[in-house]
Amino acid sequence: MSKSITLDQPDERNLLDRMAQGTIGKPRNRLEGPDKVSGVATYAAEFPASNAANGVLVTATISKGEVVSIDEGSVMDMPGVLAVISDQRMIARPAQGGAGEAPVQQVRQVDYWGQPVAVVVAESFEQARDAARRLKITYNADDAGELVLNPEDAKVWEEAPDTETVQQGALPQAMAEAAHAIDATYTTEGHNSAPMEPHAALAEWDGTKLTVHASLQMLNYNIDELADSLGLDAENVHLLSPYVGGGFGSKLGISPDVAAASVAAMQLGRPVRVVLSRQQVFHSVIRRTETTQRLRLAADSDGRLQGFGHEAKVTNLPEEEFAEPVTQASAFLYPGQDRVLKVEMARIHRMTAGSVRAPGEAVGMQALEAAMDELAEKSGIGPVELRLRNIPERHPSDDIPYSSRRLAECLKAGAEAFGWDDDDRRPAQRREGEWWIGTGMATAARIHNIAKAEASVTLMEDGTAVVATDMTDIGTGTYTVLGQIAGEMLGLDPADVLVRLGDSNLATGPGSGGSWGASSSGSAVQIACEAIREELCDMLGCKDEDLTLKDGFAIHSNRRQSLPELLNGRNIEKLGKLEPGDTEDDFSQASYGAFFTEVAVNAHTGETRVRRMSGAFGIGRVLNEKTAKSQCMGGMVWCIGSALTESMMFDRRDGHLVNHDLAEYHVPVNRDVPHLNVIMVEERDPAASPLQAKGVGELGICGGAGAICNAIYNACGVRLRSFPMTPDKLIAELPDI
Amino acid sequence: MRPFDYQRPDGLDHASLLDRDGATLIAGGTNLLDLMKLQVETPETLVDINRIGLDKIEPTGEGGIRIGALVSNSTCAADPRIRADWPLLSRAILAGASGQLRNKATTGGNLCQRTRCYYFMNIDMPCNKREPGTGCSALNGRNRIHAVLGANENCIATYPGDMAVAMYALDATVEIAGPDKASRSVRVRDFHRLPGERPELDNVLEAGEVITGVTLPAPVGGTQLYRKVRERSSYAFALVSIAAALRMEEGAISRASLAFGSMAHKPWHDLRIDAALTGAKPSDALFDHVADLLLEDAEGYGENDFKIPLARRTVKAVLREATGAST
Ligand SMILES: Cc1cc2nc3c(=O)[nH]c(=O)nc-3n(C[C@H](O)[C@H](O)[C@H](O)COP(=O)(O)OP(=O)(O)OC[C@H]3O[C@@H](n4cnc5c(N)ncnc54)[C@H](O)[C@@H]3O)c2cc1C
Ligand code: SF4
Repeated sequence: MSKSITLDQPDERNLLDRMAQGTIGKPRNRLEGPDKVSGVATYAAEFPASNAANGVLVTATISKGEVVSIDEGSVMDMPGVLAVISDQRMIARPAQGGAGEAPVQQVRQVDYWGQPVAVVVAESFEQARDAARRLKITYNADDAGELVLNPEDAKVWEEAPDTETVQQGALPQAMAEAAHAIDATYTTEGHNSAPMEPHAALAEWDGTKLTVHASLQMLNYNIDELADSLGLDAENVHLLSPYVGGGFGSKLGISPDVAAASVAAMQLGRPVRVVLSRQQVFHSVIRRTETTQRLRLAADSDGRLQGFGHEAKVTNLPEEEFAEPVTQASAFLYPGQDRVLKVEMARIHRMTAGSVRAPGEAVGMQALEAAMDELAEKSGIGPVELRLRNIPERHPSDDIPYSSRRLAECLKAGAEAFGWDDDDRRPAQRREGEWWIGTGMATAARIHNIAKAEASVTLMEDGTAVVATDMTDIGTGTYTVLGQIAGEMLGLDPADVLVRLGDSNLATGPGSGGSWGASSSGSAVQIACEAIREELCDMLGCKDEDLTLKDGFAIHSNRRQSLPELLNGRNIEKLGKLEPGDTEDDFSQASYGAFFTEVAVNAHTGETRVRRMSGAFGIGRVLNEKTAKSQCMGGMVWCIGSALTESMMFDRRDGHLVNHDLAEYHVPVNRDVPHLNVIMVEERDPAASPLQAKGVGELGICGGAGAICNAIYNACGVRLRSFPMTPDKLIAELPDI
Repeated sequence: MRPFDYQRPDGLDHASLLDRDGATLIAGGTNLLDLMKLQVETPETLVDINRIGLDKIEPTGEGGIRIGALVSNSTCAADPRIRADWPLLSRAILAGASGQLRNKATTGGNLCQRTRCYYFMNIDMPCNKREPGTGCSALNGRNRIHAVLGANENCIATYPGDMAVAMYALDATVEIAGPDKASRSVRVRDFHRLPGERPELDNVLEAGEVITGVTLPAPVGGTQLYRKVRERSSYAFALVSIAAALRMEEGAISRASLAFGSMAHKPWHDLRIDAALTGAKPSDALFDHVADLLLEDAEGYGENDFKIPLARRTVKAVLREATGAST
């Protein structure tokens, strides 16, 4: 029994606000929090499996070429070693997010330094790791001098497969005629997702069926990716990811550990565990591409954009379809009839580029918002005012309306909370000892999507409920929020709702990615609950409008009955299904916000410290104030990293990553992060999802690094166009002391 | 990691097992274990010295203080005597690593910590320090964190630590016990080496020798500053660091001792700098002169060129702060 909604029209019913339980939106703690901090929650590699062997990946030490031979004899005699496997069912690259099919598999055909070429399996992890290092491999390496390893050496730039090129009007002319024009080129470096839990898999094979505990974000796609890689039927593959210790895009598709553990388990007939080392997490999964971005902004004397150009260059390995959609928000955020948007990609031999949190906007918005600050300065218009003047009526290329968009409110609420002065923007005015102090702001924008989702909800005879879907909780709060939605719809304390996730045998959810998780899987839960309510109405002979469910009681026409009494020994199980529909094309949908920050720049050493940061965000309905704010805070922390420290450093001679661990790849630490003030600007977006909620998981990272860039300029008068803005770049521009 | 034997003697005598080939001491293990996992270090025998004592901080006869080799960095930094009389040392230690690491890290281990050169830590890359004669990958590679002083084409690695930089400024002495139980003392300024023709040697310890402690001479007072420049404000090694112990009398510098970290294969100390400062009145010209002395032979290797102007700016900032000149 199921109920399905296709979002062909905005869903104006606003069911959640009509309910009586009052749990939705409340800042509830994460249900699984105590289990996680006390170590009870079991992550992929921690599942007990008797007799499990351990596999360690062997990765290529050449940039391109072929494996000529693998000398198994070099390690097979070592104590504990069980097998050396270099099998065509293994994968040489991770699957891209949403691929649903095997990625490139030829592990013996090397395309990048660090590519998996084999797995060594032994009784103990230590034995396997030692043997993996000692395994002798002969390569036939291509001449590194002939390879394109660096973006600056690329000669061929192709149009990016998935990003629409916009060529509208005549931008050069608009630039020439503009009262105020900015033509600036910004660069960003590669980023790594760097999740705390390394990618890991534990595979068991019973001769027919394969069961894999893995750390994955989107089981709905992962199952097909793995089945396709192994040549199995998807029905014979069972994936379990009840807890995921962070993914940030790097666990969207299956990673090499998953296929390697599976192949080894099938070959050895016993459970095999493969955990990537920290270095392999950096080397053998994904990177966010570095970018070069040219921004052209042509404004009239009032600062209104007449021309708008955003052209980006990105890279990936040969054969990969993914190209960082750098201009994604530029397509809809600002006006400008004369318009050029373009992403070009070159093929280089570095590890696979893929989705890292907020692919596109994370780097596109920071450059765009820094360029907007340049325009504000040039036009003499305050940065907030400039943005308020540039909120288009309709989508500038597609001529469609926006769904809810509280950008102006975010700009104003953020400015007020921060104490922003939009008028006096002269740089280098405030000094405290060695430190220049300055402020900066930026807009946040991130497209909103929903994905097909199913969830089952069972109202149990005892008056509790069970929600079940293969959706994952990657630390974002899915368990908690789905419990709140079911609780609200069915009149239950969320403590009485058991949420089961991360098991591919359960109803097919949307997976965690692209910020669509909560609004999609939450809508499926809501729809299932609607179906349950319908059945209760049938039992009671009333209409849904007349049924109140609260605190475990059904109330209608002055009658109050407990759910167990009403159910009388029956369970009601319903499947809710959400399908994206026409609203996707009929509206431009995005989450919006604004960042405000104050930084201190050391006039002597060029060190920058963020002193305070506020963000105001409009994300449609807030499902849980605490988890939503935490997502925004996490995003703002990423902004600090992207602005000041994070950079994947490749050796230009062979494309290997030199800073492949958390000691040298610098994500922000506590001391880098000041108090983060997050303001949620409430809204309802009926076009976005039946919940009227939009995406929140990525919005907080989309633009904030630009605010920091602008604050650095305001502090010390140095306008850097190269992220991260490290001391070496600043002292090159700062005056002598 | 390679399989290894493990021994945990209860006294120093047994630690002289060390002269057996392939034996390595382990103290806090915060550096050694990482390197073993990476197979940069592949000892056949680990001799765990955590139970040999040497974990006391005791006054010396001459008004100084002796810090046992197994005193943890956290304990040393928090010691009230150190904080009061040698605050420079406490500050330098606290500027390093993280609370968890400092709880495990020891005085002896910290002095012997190895370089953070990316290529040294990756056994798939040539490296003269790890495998003499294979070449230096950093020379024409990524060398943002590498040396600008005292390096040569054999090796441009830095000694990355903080604690030792303060010890250089404070003119500490390292006490060493040998396999034959004889002991010797080496001024810390002579403890670490420049790469020269033997980049594989970080310091002057001989096979079988154990650091037993570090002695600080009597307190020098004055202003003591440890300035560590880095893009991330904690849990990051220095791009450049400066330890300064400086005393002012009647508007002039009556005593000065400066040491510089992350600039060379060892913490850098230049007697000429201390001499130029001593007796002089603080001025920008003086500070520029100090920077000139420090950097006259400095040489960048590309990505680390910025360390030269950064060191100049930082030494001036430190001297202004220490002498009370305006910033
Ligand atoms: C992520 C990270 C960040 C760090 N950041 C910093 C930083 O910012 N600043 C900083 O200064 N340091 C930093 N460190 C390094 C840290 O300070 C060192 O790892 C620590 O001091 C080493 O001490 P240990 O006792 O753990 O040494 P171990 O790892 O036990 O030993 C290190 C070496 O010293 C030798 N050794 C130990 N004791 C003796 C002895 N008594 N006699 C002779 N030889 C001995 C060992 O054989 C080994 O070769 C960082 C380390 C990590 C992992
Ligand atoms: S700088 Fe020294 S440690 Fe680094 S690669 Fe060169 S020789 Fe090895």
